[in-house]
Amino acid sequence: MNQLTGALLSLPVALWGSAAWAAEPGKADAGLNITAIVMFFIFVVVTLGITYWAASRTKSTKDFYAAGGGITGFQNGLAIAGDYMSAASFLGISAMVFAKGYDGLIYSIGFLVGWPVILFLMAEQLRNLGRYTFADIVSFRLSQVPIRTLSAMGTLCTVILYLIAQMVGAGQLIKTLFGLPYEYAVIVVGVLMVLYVAFGGMIATTWVQIIKAVLLLTGASFIALVALNHTGFNLELFFKTAMESIKTSALADHKKVVADNKDIFAPGGLVSDPVSAISLGLALMFGTAGLPHILMRFFTVPNAKEARKSVFYATGFIGYFYILTFIIGFGAVMMVAPNPQYMDTAKGVLAGGNNMAAIHLAHATGGDLFLGFISAVAFATILAVVSGLTLAGASAVSHDLFANAICGGKVNEATEMKVSKISALVIGMIAIWLGIQFEKQNVAFMVGLAFAIAASANFPILFLSIHWKGLTTRGAMIGGSLGLITTVVMVVLSKTVWVDVLGNKAPLFPYKDPAIFSMTLAFVGCWIFSKLDFSEQAKIERARFDAQQVRCEVGIGINEASKH
Amino acid sequence: MSNESVDSELVKRITANPKYQELVIRRSCFAWILSVVMLIIYYSFIVIVAFWPKSLGTKISPDSVISVGIPFGVFIILSAFLLTGIYVRRANSKYDALISDIKEELK
Repeated sequence: MNQLTGALLSLPVALWGSAAWAAEPGKADAGLNITAIVMFFIFVVVTLGITYWAASRTKSTKDFYAAGGGITGFQNGLAIAGDYMSAASFLGISAMVFAKGYDGLIYSIGFLVGWPVILFLMAEQLRNLGRYTFADIVSFRLSQVPIRTLSAMGTLCTVILYLIAQMVGAGQLIKTLFGLPYEYAVIVVGVLMVLYVAFGGMIATTWVQIIKAVLLLTGASFIALVALNHTGFNLELFFKTAMESIKTSALADHKKVVADNKDIFAPGGLVSDPVSAISLGLALMFGTAGLPHILMRFFTVPNAKEARKSVFYATGFIGYFYILTFIIGFGAVMMVAPNPQYMDTAKGVLAGGNNMAAIHLAHATGGDLFLGFISAVAFATILAVVSGLTLAGASAVSHDLFANAICGGKVNEATEMKVSKISALVIGMIAIWLGIQFEKQNVAFMVGLAFAIAASANFPILFLSIHWKGLTTRGAMIGGSLGLITTVVMVVLSKTVWVDVLGNKAPLFPYKDPAIFSMTLAFVGCWIFSKLDFSEQAKIERARFDAQQVRCEVGIGINEASKH
Repeated sequence: MSNESVDSELVKRITANPKYQELVIRRSCFAWILSVVMLIIYYSFIVIVAFWPKSLGTKISPDSVISVGIPFGVFIILSAFLLTGIYVRRANSKYDALISDIKEELK
């Protein structure tokens, strides 16, 4: 995913996209800006209306964190898809397929296969054991203060890193699409996400995510259908035309493919060595199962049955979406690459950067109006993801740190919600500030780091607390901290930060993705230090496993717990 | 603390119920089997990408441009969706029935 965000973030800093459009004779420029801005404006008005309605319904902490637990499995499936399909996946993966062919599919598959595992081993347990954050589950039988502090650290690290990458990507994308200055774009995104979260809580966030998922799936389906229709739905001809079009393409990446005689329908140089391939596979698969904003969505449904249904629908939507991005990538090879209108021939990239492949294809398939629609959808996509992140971060501060770790659970709902809203505001301000600070920085590593932390710190303690009776507080603290610290250290010493960001000559850690090492360390750490824990506290914690399992399996007690 | 909401008497009664034991064993067996199936499908793909990337470029037929990697990739995506469907179907019928029996017997 480093490459993904890299692709997203490599959008030119100048207003090159708009300039290129303006260079086109006639209406393209005006069409782009006005339709896109009008459609985006409609989206903002509708979502703010929903936020206003949601605010009137947000009376308790359960409403605020978990939409009152009243979301159905189907709705939650869509919202999960809306939370998970970021602009980086839509634009980044289709751009990667466009530029490199098959490699894009390797990422899509990695992003998807975590979902079945979440369903089989975690979804129902999350619903039955937790209330608002994944720390609820880990601290169910372990010691509250240390476990919640560690989980909140894991959550905040993941959220902030993911948020910075999204903000910088959003600023640059919006600048290119709408011609809005970078700072304004970041501020608009930041202000809107704080409004959704602070006033509408989980209810507003859920509906923003559902609307966005429907818009994105509809738009992407349309692009893919028109592209397939170009060759009369003949797949053989579709791929053949794409392959032919690469041979005459002015794109630098395509010229390289032709020069190196590479097969665009086979894995290329993206995954260089076996260790990196497996490590990346681990981070993609288990990172998903440790992302706090994703885990939080399971608390919005009323019971385990709806929780499992939501993963079924989400897997269907997300899988379908990734098949679409693959078609869109090759569709762009076929319909965008040969058209000089979309090319920045001097630089050998697409006008506005290769990440614009899906956007240009939208114009090629549906004209100015549809281009405006897809641009607005891209903006909506970013908003839905950052809102989920902000809410997850705010919950970690108010529910885990403030209400439980500091106040020992003795705090009234109104105060806890106030703290959560203030946290959302603070996180929003931090995100805007960091987003502006990092404008010219290479932040490509941040999403990768967020996934690696989720896989190496959040996932191991959550997974073991559910499935392994022997886990104790000491084991979880040491294992989880080891995972968190080694991930950060290894990424800082790897090429992505040590060389590309800090400008050193050679990396101190040879692999780009640390997950294979940091995840192993976390699991081994949890295991050894739990086994070596002979304290009285550890005995009590192991003895509580039966009660936890009963609740986990049968769901008895979840209603009482929700009322606290 | 939330775990006090399930009192120990109730826990003893439920864990002693043979239906509960059946539920725990059957559900976890099935969940682990499906997880292992998913892991095997995915990691066989990753291992091929890591060690024999060229093999995925083999054409599906001599006069086609489509490589076996494309249907294989789509197969993995579909298998992920199918596996979740299989689990949900089984859980909705068998496990939910067992759970409601267990709850019924507590009354």
